[in-house]
Amino acid sequence: MARLLGLWLPLAVVVLWALAAVLGPFLPLSPDVIHLPQILAPPGVDALLGHDDLGRSLAARVVSGAQTSFLVAVWVVTISALLGTVIGAASAYLGGVWDLVTVRIIDIFLAFPGILLAIALAGILGPGIDNVVLALSAVGWVGYARLARAQVLSLKHREHVQAALVLGAGPVRILRCHLLPLILAPLIVEASFGVAGVVIAEAGLSFLGLGVQPPAASWGAMIRDGARYLLVAPHMVLVPGVALALVVLAVNLLGDRLRDRLDVRRER
Amino acid sequence: MYYLLARLLSAVVVIFGVMCLVFFLIHLVPGDPVEVMLGESARPADREALRQALGLDLPIGVQFLNYLNGLLHFDLGTSLHSQRPISDILLERLPATLELSLAALLVAVLIAFPLGVLSAVHKDSVWDHLAMGVSLGGVAIPNFLLGPLLILAFSLWLGWFPVSGREGPGSLVLPALTLGTALAAILSRMLRATLLEVLNEDYIRTARAKGLSPRVVIWKHALRNALLPVITLLGLQLGALLGGAVITEVVFSWPGLGQLVIEAIQRRDYPLVQACVLLISLTYVVVNTLTDMAYAVADPRIRVGGSQ
Repeated sequence: MARLLGLWLPLAVVVLWALAAVLGPFLPLSPDVIHLPQILAPPGVDALLGHDDLGRSLAARVVSGAQTSFLVAVWVVTISALLGTVIGAASAYLGGVWDLVTVRIIDIFLAFPGILLAIALAGILGPGIDNVVLALSAVGWVGYARLARAQVLSLKHREHVQAALVLGAGPVRILRCHLLPLILAPLIVEASFGVAGVVIAEAGLSFLGLGVQPPAASWGAMIRDGARYLLVAPHMVLVPGVALALVVLAVNLLGDRLRDRLDVRRER
Repeated sequence: MYYLLARLLSAVVVIFGVMCLVFFLIHLVPGDPVEVMLGESARPADREALRQALGLDLPIGVQFLNYLNGLLHFDLGTSLHSQRPISDILLERLPATLELSLAALLVAVLIAFPLGVLSAVHKDSVWDHLAMGVSLGGVAIPNFLLGPLLILAFSLWLGWFPVSGREGPGSLVLPALTLGTALAAILSRMLRATLLEVLNEDYIRTARAKGLSPRVVIWKHALRNALLPVITLLGLQLGALLGGAVITEVVFSWPGLGQLVIEAIQRRDYPLVQACVLLISLTYVVVNTLTDMAYAVADPRIRVGGSQ
């Protein structure tokens, strides 16, 4: 039972999310087609999840929104994990002035509360999915940099690193072959929780009107549109809301699982 | 003393860095910021006037010095939209955000403490499962979803609280609940974990062995020692609270700084965006520094341990 709830069910949700994102464009769905007689129609026989205020199928729009959130999550986590790991690991290994400057820069980025810097960046760069990726990556790399730095600091005086150094290995080789494999586990765990964070952040930016622009679908934008019709058509909020909550919950549960499996103690 | 000074110095460096970053925000505007603010159809004379008013025609070094000089005199410039001094607008909006944040903090503590203590004391009981459910929900349901759901249930169906706005104490309940729940989830989990750890300590066994009642053991001996990491977490999570306040304020049309940021972004009033981001971030840095320093005063291990 615990295995079903903690592993297989979340895994199914995440796989479904990824499939919807990857296969969505090839399915015979029409997220932008307007059916005037169906405006605000609740879920029923002819429309699985109902229709929105413009008479568009919510089922099709949820699939289309899955694509947005998946795309943004994959890009942001990839960019910020790579960037953060390289910066953090290099800074810890090189030490000295480099490390001092990096730590200060990390501190400055951490001084911006939560999603605020991403909101300001997305607002100033202008709406659009590429700017969302840019804004969230600009904020996201800091966590990975801090983690990679702490890990490398604790490992760089180990014997096998010293041995490699004596054998004449350069800093790039030492980082890549002797340090990176050892710090990978906590970074993977951090990245898996990072996916959930990015999904929420993307939806949040779209909710504020700073994400993808209409008619493109995003779960956050769907929730905002639905909030105006709460009383007459609560399904407009509930459908994207449940999709969002399920994905975030599933990713978090899998992250927990991964952390236990890789035996990582998460700081904070 | 050395620790306190070092902490203060690093806060000053961070504050300066935040000021620099916020200054360069406006230079990230793709293309010409003046053109973006006024639109493509603006007359060249108007553009030139705005460029001069914002000082964007000066060399960037001079712009930066002017900006720092303005900050020292609490002069944040003029709002492009309302033509009023930005510092006046901020002062108008600040109380609403402070009120909301403090109320959300209170909500979080009121939910997290009973839940965290009950689930640690009665491990694997119904309470424990309930607490787990609340904390999972708090993580998975973001505030822009929770807000509309609470409005639907408590404003539209039950009619207990107003849908939006800031009139009377009743209007504070739903926004505070929306903003505080996520923090409550994290806090109760943390409290449960640290309390379980503390309950295994020798001195708790001693306290029990000498016949103290379970209530005294938990509230006087265990909880006090479990509180320190929780207070640190509270300080760190304040950032998430202030960031989340932006979205919560938009959901409930709460007239605070967060809503101001979004309004300013929509009107392309970039100087106002800069000022809001700066004020919220500086508040966070100051509160965090004070928390750290108070913590050091309270717990001698940090002062002595220094580098840990």
